[in-house]
Amino acid sequence: MTAPAKLENAEKYRFNSPLWRDKSLASHAFAEMRALTAQVSERTGKTVNIMEVCGTHTMAIASSGMRKLFPPGLKMLSGPGCPVCVTSQGDIDRILSLAALPEVTLATFGDMLKVKGSGGFDLNHLREKGADILVVYSPLDALAFARSNPLRQVVFAGVGFETTAPLIAASVLRARKEKIKNFSVIALFKLVPPALKLLLSDPQNNISGFLLPGHVSAIIGVEPYRFVARGHKVPCVITGFEPLDILAGINMLLRQLARGRAEVEDEYYRAVKKSGNPTAIKLMAKVFSPADASWRAIGRVKKSGLVLSPEFSGFDAVRRFKIAYREAPEPRGCLCGAILMGRSIPPDCKLFAKACNPSSAVGPCMVSSEGACAAWFKYGG
Amino acid sequence: MRSTIQGTMCLAVPGKIIALEKGNAEVDFSGVKRSVSMDLVPSAKKGDYVLVHAGFAIQLLDSEDARETLKLFQEIYDRSR
Repeated sequence: MTAPAKLENAEKYRFNSPLWRDKSLASHAFAEMRALTAQVSERTGKTVNIMEVCGTHTMAIASSGMRKLFPPGLKMLSGPGCPVCVTSQGDIDRILSLAALPEVTLATFGDMLKVKGSGGFDLNHLREKGADILVVYSPLDALAFARSNPLRQVVFAGVGFETTAPLIAASVLRARKEKIKNFSVIALFKLVPPALKLLLSDPQNNISGFLLPGHVSAIIGVEPYRFVARGHKVPCVITGFEPLDILAGINMLLRQLARGRAEVEDEYYRAVKKSGNPTAIKLMAKVFSPADASWRAIGRVKKSGLVLSPEFSGFDAVRRFKIAYREAPEPRGCLCGAILMGRSIPPDCKLFAKACNPSSAVGPCMVSSEGACAAWFKYGG
Repeated sequence: MRSTIQGTMCLAVPGKIIALEKGNAEVDFSGVKRSVSMDLVPSAKKGDYVLVHAGFAIQLLDSEDARETLKLFQEIYDRSR
């Protein structure tokens, strides 16, 4: 066993330090994890089920290879934290309808391109037929395109959680300030705390603890999760995305479980402050209002999403282009819904790695780079 | 272990502000430089580290806190040896 790199050497690379993924440090975290898992199992007599709510955590866990090293009494469940995956089939259809309009340039993050609508085709298919689809890194790229192409109607596909919503709010404010009239947003944003509430309202749920999303929490802070620990007595740890962050976050959860505690702890305090990012929260509240939202395979959930508030309805693509919402069934046999709720894992699905694979995906959990099925397919269980 | 920073939607990466003008910053991501909006972190100054998601800084990063976390990992290691 080689000794870990010394902290002093990591000084100037603090945030990108190799220490965040140091193997010797990790091996000790795993030893601690085995001991703690044994303690919890002894105390409760049950398998420990920890849900990583965020899709970026799902991918980080899979790509680091750490799943193979977890003790047998510890199971990680993927949660509803992959934005593309939780977008309902009806909302995917609305995005596709917008993209098909001849005057529209649909601006989107790349994850959306291969998500099939209920008609069996995706944005890539529409593109081949001549639809104008602009893959962007930032909503500001979409705004810049609108600025320099005043004859095109640029619609931004607003899919994401509290991490992404504030940037779209800031972009809408910029558009208003600069009087950019050919920019609009289809706001399909989802909120994490209502999703947790929904998971916990299922009496069948077997979640022992939540590994909470670091970047959503960088915006919303610690308070919005208190009800999980206080009301439902389920421990929570806000966790960063480096391998050692994740191992530390899991061990913090196990320590709470071993002592019978339920609190919201913050492993990722270098980025997550108690009150989050007040500027971002303010902008989000100015431009958007909470609304009922449709979740894939779950249905309408009260006040679980964000839509443009009345003051900004001029930027609402749904109003501008009068796009109706129609419920649409999930692809046949697809288990995405159950996987998002932590009730199934990808290999439980009959389509997994057979009819459904990254080059021909049936459901969004295989399409998105943050989807649980894509992670299992690429890196194994 | 491989680095785990991947994905898109909620992916955010740390970078250092090397220049700042009118709400936009030039941010250095270990050698790669990019223009980043400071709309959501208006108090950021030159030299600060920020967490960047899709072209926007979403939070200031505390360098001392990062050091403390790393130190804690190492202490656990040293103790258990």
